Amino acid sequence: MNAWEAVIGIETHVELSTNSKMFCRCPVDDNAEPNTACCPVCLALPGALPVPNEKAIEGIIKIGTALECDINESSLFYRKNYFYPDLPKNYQISQYTFPVCEFGKLEIDVDGELMTVGITRVHMEEDTGKSTHMGDSGGRIHGADHTLLDFNRAGVPLVEVVTEPDITSPEQARAYGEELQRIVLALGVSDARLETGSMRFDANVSVRPKGTTELGTRTETKNVNSLRSLQRAIAFEIDRQVKLIEDGGEVVLETRHWNEDTGVTTSMRKKEESEDYRYFQDPDLLPLEVTPEWKTAIKDSLPELPSAARARYRSLGADSATAAILGDNPVLAGLFETSVGSGASPRSVGNWLTGEVIAHARRGEIGVEDTSLDADHLVELSSMIDDNKLSSSAAKEVLIAAMDGEGSPVDIAQARDLLQVSDVGAVEAAVDTVLAENPDAIEKIRSGDMKPIGFLMGQVMRVTGGKADPKVVQSLLRSKTQQ
Amino acid sequence: MPIDIDIARVAHLARIALTEEELASYGAQLEVILEHAERVQALPTEGVEPTSHPLPMVNGFRADEVGDCLEPESFLSEAPDSEAGQFRVPKILG
Amino acid sequence: MSDLSDLTISDAGAGLRNKDFTSVELLDAVTTRASFTEAQLHAYLVLDRDGARSAAEAADALLAEGRDLGLLHGIPIALKDNMCTEGLATTASSQILAGWKPPYDATVVARLRDGGAVITGKTNLDEFAMGSSTENSAYGTTRNPWNPDHVPGGSSGGSAAAVAVGSAFGALGSDTGGSIRQPAALCGVVGMKPTYGLVSRYGLIAFASSLDQIGPLTRSVSDSAAVLDTIAGWDRFDSTSIDGKVPDLSGSIGKGVDGLRIGIVSELMGDGIDPQIRSAVSAMASKLEASGAEVVEVGLPSSEYALSAYYLIAPAECSANLARFDGVRYGHRSDVEGTTEDMMSHTRAEGFGPEVIRRILLGTYALSAGYYDAFYGQAQRVRTLVRKDFSAAYEKVDVLISPTSPTTAFRVGERSADPIAMYYSDVCTIPSNLAGDPAISIPIGLDESGLPIGFQVMAPALGEEIMYQVAAAVESLAGFEDRAALATSKVVAP
Repeated sequence: MNAWEAVIGIETHVELSTNSKMFCRCPVDDNAEPNTACCPVCLALPGALPVPNEKAIEGIIKIGTALECDINESSLFYRKNYFYPDLPKNYQISQYTFPVCEFGKLEIDVDGELMTVGITRVHMEEDTGKSTHMGDSGGRIHGADHTLLDFNRAGVPLVEVVTEPDITSPEQARAYGEELQRIVLALGVSDARLETGSMRFDANVSVRPKGTTELGTRTETKNVNSLRSLQRAIAFEIDRQVKLIEDGGEVVLETRHWNEDTGVTTSMRKKEESEDYRYFQDPDLLPLEVTPEWKTAIKDSLPELPSAARARYRSLGADSATAAILGDNPVLAGLFETSVGSGASPRSVGNWLTGEVIAHARRGEIGVEDTSLDADHLVELSSMIDDNKLSSSAAKEVLIAAMDGEGSPVDIAQARDLLQVSDVGAVEAAVDTVLAENPDAIEKIRSGDMKPIGFLMGQVMRVTGGKADPKVVQSLLRSKTQQ
Repeated sequence: MPIDIDIARVAHLARIALTEEELASYGAQLEVILEHAERVQALPTEGVEPTSHPLPMVNGFRADEVGDCLEPESFLSEAPDSEAGQFRVPKILG
Repeated sequence: MSDLSDLTISDAGAGLRNKDFTSVELLDAVTTRASFTEAQLHAYLVLDRDGARSAAEAADALLAEGRDLGLLHGIPIALKDNMCTEGLATTASSQILAGWKPPYDATVVARLRDGGAVITGKTNLDEFAMGSSTENSAYGTTRNPWNPDHVPGGSSGGSAAAVAVGSAFGALGSDTGGSIRQPAALCGVVGMKPTYGLVSRYGLIAFASSLDQIGPLTRSVSDSAAVLDTIAGWDRFDSTSIDGKVPDLSGSIGKGVDGLRIGIVSELMGDGIDPQIRSAVSAMASKLEASGAEVVEVGLPSSEYALSAYYLIAPAECSANLARFDGVRYGHRSDVEGTTEDMMSHTRAEGFGPEVIRRILLGTYALSAGYYDAFYGQAQRVRTLVRKDFSAAYEKVDVLISPTSPTTAFRVGERSADPIAMYYSDVCTIPSNLAGDPAISIPIGLDESGLPIGFQVMAPALGEEIMYQVAAAVESLAGFEDRAALATSKVVAP
């Protein structure tokens, strides 16, 4: 295995969540009854013509801009010709030369290491209908008796993002998928759900001996419906190809199907060598022109992207791991920003949000936004810690109570009698009491054995009911025993 | 350029089932037509942009608005075969 | 035999408004005419008697209330059967669409209805508009009213024959390489192809999308302008329709040609053109000159390659446009046993006629890997050169003139075995389709066999006004009148 390296490129299809389809006015509606969101255009009735949806073009420009692509001022729609029953026109309107976006890049974080994945192109196309395979095959195409077709999804705007073969491991592939999904969600152009297919990954995988440059034969794996499966499917495929070659076999150019239950990929169809899509410019559609003004207006309208948000959280004092979690959770990020902006400690708040807060919400099977926690609570809690009024363990208890709606942290701490005693006079009295009860401990310390300090600490905390500030206790014990 | 047509492959790409005799006949006809069509290659066209569309227009967008859909019955009644509100086709794999 | 059905649209409209007769009477006149002529001519695939009658009654009722929907109000108009009509069978003369009833109206159909027109029925065509004789129809050949042994031209042969014989006052056709103008020439009527994008293609069953345009066939130039005026204009359902001013056609007719510069296309007056046609066109050019126009010879040097380029571009586009006919959603389905792919391949083999198969195969080949640039790519560059030739010509002249067809109507069967000879029928008309420019054919007389000769006027894009101005002058100089009656006399036994 170590003698091999993988070369991976990923094609991602993203369904845009526009109101209407790409080329007609039918609604984009996942839940409609079969064939109720159809018209002459998306059914490819004779005579129907496509008219492009401006909002979808805006959507792809947003994605391309976020991926730092060149946005072509003029781009063209092509017809990609192939016969398949879920493709009503038996050609797909897509792009070929001159896609809307080209030559971009995406920086991803793979376990703390940054790497850049090149984006070859981002192009606009339309989705196909849905097939349901009937008969005794359990819904699978193999062995089905006949197939039913629903064209509600036919013509839904689809953006395809194609990477360079820059990815070399399943982990990188997953990190790429995660980051792309974050960007699409941040842009608000798609709900980007893998489980419903509104975001779909196809992985092109090949292997070659380490140190060589010639590409091996690739396979394309489809039906990956979670980011975890993307990682697993690629790992399986690399393994399969290496074993195959080492056993003297040859990798075949083919499309493979990831099976989630069995955790293996299986051959779906050989890519015909004569596969010939006969691309030509679609005469029903005009060239797309993206003026510099439009480009600028879209660029200026973009929300903050996940990488920029993470950088900002770091600049506010969050560590990288915390920044990453905040980046994926807008509610936590909002609490973090507001509380830190009002003077709360970024370290404490970061730890609470990514620790107790997430954990407690998860235990209650609710979202953080459904709890009573607000940014003021975090500010108050942080300042109590800074003022040594609360121990860190007591702070967690207060935090949970605040989430449960018991009131402000100060009120909770008082009500539960958790406030720390840091008044030196009060603590000193307790220290004196404990020292008076333990003369032999003092002797040991004075003779150079420091072990009893911990015992005395515990005694003082017991006497104060755990509310004494440990720092104050320790400094008093040291000064008094050295006398 | 000699005209060299793999007519069986062309017919397969076009999804038209033709007999051997039909293939031979269409192949011969295409060769004759293409010999004439080949005349286009006689014209020097270096640096000439192709025309895909006769008028210098761009975009032709529509707003992202939802319009009326068809009643499924209006087109399913014209379908060669349907089942449960969907179009029905024979098995896809042999 | 002359009756209401021989009136022009403008005379019929005037009579309706003057209460001389009703729309129902106009409809009765054309359906009566059809009942005499159809057995021999077969211009129509279907006459929509019930639909037409209720439309005529509605038009009469509106007019009685003083509501006038426009120039075509109450006028019986026929439609080439490649335009979708809701609930009325639309077949493009193909077996693959036998009996198909569209759930929607083409935009031009909706505009005719909104303009009060009475749709008489659907006319015959070469299957999917591929042909120049209407012999390639799956439902029988249409005959030429001037001599039923001859073809009416094509592909809009049914529309041309119906208008010529008086079984419609006007008709719509579609023109991809001459399919309105050539049958108009062969049947002695006026046929016009608008600027590409002036009339919506939504609902027109596509042949070659970058070339197809819908236009009128009528018995006079002013009728042509009236029909065009009703159907032209931007359509939200056709991205390639022109969003802008529609030419104002009302003022252009009758202005004469004094001071206009007219170019006669030398490449379209050569040996390939029937000498009788050449001399008729030259004679008309002289008359235009005598009327005050300056007539000069103009060259379109790339036009000799236009036919070859067309026979690559149109099949390539059609190979994709006709891919949707697969037996899944509508139309014919083969009952062959096997997979969906088998079903599709047999459906298409059974449903398409030989000319359609020939063009699909040709287009598929021209687009396939390894041949794209030599054929399709090169044809598109030739198209650019043709456009440049036209632009250069229009620097010098206002309009161009030529014959519409190299011959008058040929005999049924004469060219059906020779595709190349058939394709040559469109040599004069194809350049305007490649350029996207408007062009019109006007009948200017008969040849020695009594068959009509067509004269073509071409204008730059959106130059419909000046095109109609010259066409009207040609019409009046030709003095070719009483055409419907003349045509009818040949086919209706007294």
